[in-house]
Amino acid sequence: MVQSLNRLKESPSQTAGPYVHIGLTPNFCGIPGVFEEDLGARMVNDKTKGERITVRTRVFDGTGTPLKDALIEIWQADSDGLYNSPSELRGQADPNFTGWGRKPTDMVSGECVFETIKPGRAPFKDGRMMAPHISFWIVARGINLGLQTRMYFSDEEAANAEDPVLARIEHRLRVPTLIAEHKGGGVYEFDIHLQGDRETVFFDI
Amino acid sequence: MPADKTPNGNPETGAFFQRDRLWHPPAFTPTYKTSVLRSPQKALLSLDNTISEITGPVFGHDMLGELDNDLIHNFAKPGESAIGERIIVYGRVLDERGKGVPGALLEFWQANAGGRYRHKKEGYIAALDPNFGGCGRTIADEDGNYAFRTIKPGPYPWPNGVNDWRPAHIHFSVFGHGFAQRLITQMYFEGDPLIWLCPIVRTIPDRAAIETLIAALDMQATIPMDARAYKFDIVLRGRRSSLFENRLEGN
Ligand SMILES: [Fe+3]
Repeated sequence: MVQSLNRLKESPSQTAGPYVHIGLTPNFCGIPGVFEEDLGARMVNDKTKGERITVRTRVFDGTGTPLKDALIEIWQADSDGLYNSPSELRGQADPNFTGWGRKPTDMVSGECVFETIKPGRAPFKDGRMMAPHISFWIVARGINLGLQTRMYFSDEEAANAEDPVLARIEHRLRVPTLIAEHKGGGVYEFDIHLQGDRETVFFDI
Repeated sequence: MPADKTPNGNPETGAFFQRDRLWHPPAFTPTYKTSVLRSPQKALLSLDNTISEITGPVFGHDMLGELDNDLIHNFAKPGESAIGERIIVYGRVLDERGKGVPGALLEFWQANAGGRYRHKKEGYIAALDPNFGGCGRTIADEDGNYAFRTIKPGPYPWPNGVNDWRPAHIHFSVFGHGFAQRLITQMYFEGDPLIWLCPIVRTIPDRAAIETLIAALDMQATIPMDARAYKFDIVLRGRRSSLFENRLEGN
């Protein structure tokens, strides 16, 4: 026998199920009055620094059908590349930007829309700068463990080309699955594919 | 609420332990049919955490309403309460190192005592309880402790196999200190025979892992003539100490 490391095991995940909105966005799904507003509904206010952007995203299943019962959370740096978190030791992030958003996909169209700002660049572990990106976490009925991925920006070609995370993707054909398309006017479209030829690169991170 | 602290009081900034993906359910679990078309099929890209995953938002106790952790009353008309077996659910949010996770945000949702959810896509014939909404939330205290009051949810049938039933359960969403710790799971109740028949429970390959999701009846924490208590601890990913890691400029 040897000494025990006394580590616990992470609680195993279970699917968020079809009624995740009751718990996480009750106002959205017709349970008003319990919470004043759904958490994560607003990321910016009048004083938030940075370029306003709209991120429109959809999540497609293996048949190409958009999920209408998913829930997405995003987490990102402010316009200076700082995170609004106690573990951010490089400086004080914009107090008028939470950096965190939560939205359900629309029950008819499957679309999920975030009003946010374009993040600045933050460093990789070795000090090289990562390209501007937004972290995504996707849960839904049929997803047993929340899916993690990132969204990069199509109009940041130079930064994307030197991004240390994108550089790790062996099959270069798959890199575009992480890059949202700029439709003009600060609107970005990010399609997430759970399966198929265009399957999004998901992270074990 | 503060982040994890190092012994000298600074926030912890270490990467989270690698997730044990053999302990969690795999993505593709054909006996839970919806997973078939919603499971990624390509290998995940494995990366040590960067600052984008190590950090996470803070949720303050000031965002909570008085009845947020009382599902018996938070949707009920004044003077009325939800129908069902009154219970208290309490426990601790820990990380894999056994440290409490202060300030963890817990959100929960559940069916009513008859097994019916308040949701437009819900088609089960069991009656809605006009006094039960089915959602609540709380924030763990400085040691990671949390508690809420609710009614015991009923089991319900669901369209998967022709006769599949969910055991009584409460859905939990937990937000710790880093975006990489994000977790959704479900709590089951000690002694429920439906647990071992459920295709969703059985997406978890290891029986010992399933047992960590079964809350224990705690008669010592039960309030006489009022509510039984169930204890449910939740474990989030632990994080490395960054004491001896090489840190480059700008990091
Ligand atoms: Fe459920």
